[in-house]
Amino acid sequence: MRLALKIALRFLKSGRGQTILIVLGISIGVSVQLFIGSLIQGLQINLIDTTIGSSSQVTITSTTDDKLIDNWDRIVYEAKMFEPEVTNVSVSADGPATLDYEADTAPVLIRGFDIEESNKIYNIEEGLYEGRLPGRKDEVLIGRELALITGVSSGDRILVLNPGGGSARFDVTGLYDLQVSSINESWIITNLQTAQDFLGMGNKVSSVEMQVSEVFDADVIGNRIGYAVSDPNLKVDNWKDQNQSLLSGLNGQSVSSYMIQIFVLVAVLLGISSVLAISVVQKSKQLGILKAMGIKDKEASLIFVFQGLMLGILGAIMGIAFGFGLLYSFTKFAVNPDGTPVVPVYINYGFIALSGMFAIVSAMIASLIPARISSRLNPIEVIKNG
Amino acid sequence: MADIVRLENIDKFYGDKIRTQVLFDINLSFEENSFNSIIGQSGSGKSTLLNLVGTLDKPTDGRIFINDQRTDTMNGIQLAELRNRTMGFIFQFHYLLPEFTAKENVLMPSRIMNYKLTPEVDQWADELLELTGLSKVKNNMANEMSGGQQQRTAIARALVNKPSIILADEPTGNLDSDTSETIYKLLRDINKEYGTTFIIITHDQRIAEKTDRIIELKDGRVDMDVRR
Ligand SMILES: Nc1ncnc2c1ncn2[C@@H]1O[C@H](COP(=O)(O)OP(=O)(O)OP(=O)(O)O)[C@@H](O)[C@H]1O
Ligand SMILES: [Mg+2]
Repeated sequence: MRLALKIALRFLKSGRGQTILIVLGISIGVSVQLFIGSLIQGLQINLIDTTIGSSSQVTITSTTDDKLIDNWDRIVYEAKMFEPEVTNVSVSADGPATLDYEADTAPVLIRGFDIEESNKIYNIEEGLYEGRLPGRKDEVLIGRELALITGVSSGDRILVLNPGGGSARFDVTGLYDLQVSSINESWIITNLQTAQDFLGMGNKVSSVEMQVSEVFDADVIGNRIGYAVSDPNLKVDNWKDQNQSLLSGLNGQSVSSYMIQIFVLVAVLLGISSVLAISVVQKSKQLGILKAMGIKDKEASLIFVFQGLMLGILGAIMGIAFGFGLLYSFTKFAVNPDGTPVVPVYINYGFIALSGMFAIVSAMIASLIPARISSRLNPIEVIKNG
Repeated sequence: MADIVRLENIDKFYGDKIRTQVLFDINLSFEENSFNSIIGQSGSGKSTLLNLVGTLDKPTDGRIFINDQRTDTMNGIQLAELRNRTMGFIFQFHYLLPEFTAKENVLMPSRIMNYKLTPEVDQWADELLELTGLSKVKNNMANEMSGGQQQRTAIARALVNKPSIILADEPTGNLDSDTSETIYKLLRDINKEYGTTFIIITHDQRIAEKTDRIIELKDGRVDMDVRR
């Protein structure tokens, strides 16, 4: 065992050029694999975050005729039983309306929130770029695009018509930008009571919205909530069911990224394998005499397994270092005008450890062929042809 | 005296399709502590015979005994152990490991037997290096020595496990006659001092004449066997 290790080390040391080349090869493979993997993961997480990070991930609505939920206090209570898997629970009273401004009218969506709770889902406060949040009744926020179209600014009073023919005047206390133009263009955000009164809902709400800690488990949690809620006239939706095409796109991306990663690693494996196979031939004289002197076949093959192992470990360490270098320079040089990286890179230590391990295991597998050759080598061949 | 090596009815064939017989019904034994030489024309089967004794190859037919243990039926692990403990090989080419120093090469059979290096073994290696006149170059890498030094290193290596048999196949074939002379004197001294049995293949008539016993092979048969 230890002799095999010592001989393996010497072989690697004496073939320094070859050793450096192969370690470089492995580490480039590992770094590319790590870079691509981290980049794709970063892309996906970023995409998921922008798509559903600031929206309701599991939504409860009513299937009654008026599509309204009556005893929502109880539903909220029941949904909160699922904490901590369910993170933010909030209700909303929504309805279509028309904004009547100087030149024209614009279709809008009144969204009545418990602002403090909904803020945790929609990050309203963060998006507020002018004015303040609504406090009293009949105070509202409007979005950037709507403000641009209508010329309304914070402090103005607006006239809104409801579908029933009624109308109301609201005070605009601020302007928001939630980074999605369709929202900025249509949502008028206000408190629950203002919306309920304006839309004639009484004390009912139109939906209970929530976020979950593991976004990809939203369907599972949604189903469990569906079983748990006591009201039979409710329907539980989740973002995954509503975004099938996004999900299959992500899946395709993942699969192609795995393919690339696997091919890179196979190339690494073949590289190590061929170099080690050459080295058995190069070292056949040494192996022959070692066998004549009584080294056992198993020990002789261990020499190459150890070489593979050491090459793999060195390559993995260097590859991870290179990979970090690549990721770092990517975040430094591939940047948006404002200096933020084009793709926020996601560092997943589990994934990095896995690709390092994979390189080491590949190197060991690659060494099995030369190990076998060396185990079978008959000293007489070498001594005759010496 | 007891026989340390015994060959009974040894036949050796080479090749699968075209089978050529190289050794024909060889019966030979070698005594403990003896100093033997094998001579014969090129192709007469000397190396084949020596490799059979050294368990590097197996006979097609017949039995081989080393210290009364039958070797031609042993498995690979048993053979490796037997070679490591009881035999030392010296070939025409030194076969040193160029990745190691002279002393490390000398210690290799001991490392194979037991990786741990005891002070006794370490000292014994130094003694052998002294005996072979290599003290000055013992820390040189194997390929940073002259041909004669390399061959002497190989001799020291063959001796490090204190084997009972040394098998040498033209050990001085590559060396000038003066160096050959010194090396033979060295082998002879070792034979006297440690009682090691030697079987040496040589082309050199003068050297053969100085051994206790000369065996001549001719076309795979023992043609002459003289003791002095
Ligand atoms: N692997 C082999 N396959 C087939 N024939 C072989 C093989 N090895 C040796 N021979 C044949 O066996 C015969 C004896 O070979 P061997 O090497 O024993 O001769 P030798 O007496 O040592 O000769 P030399 O003095 O040239 O070393 C030769 O005719 C050789 O051609
Ligand atoms: Mg020969």
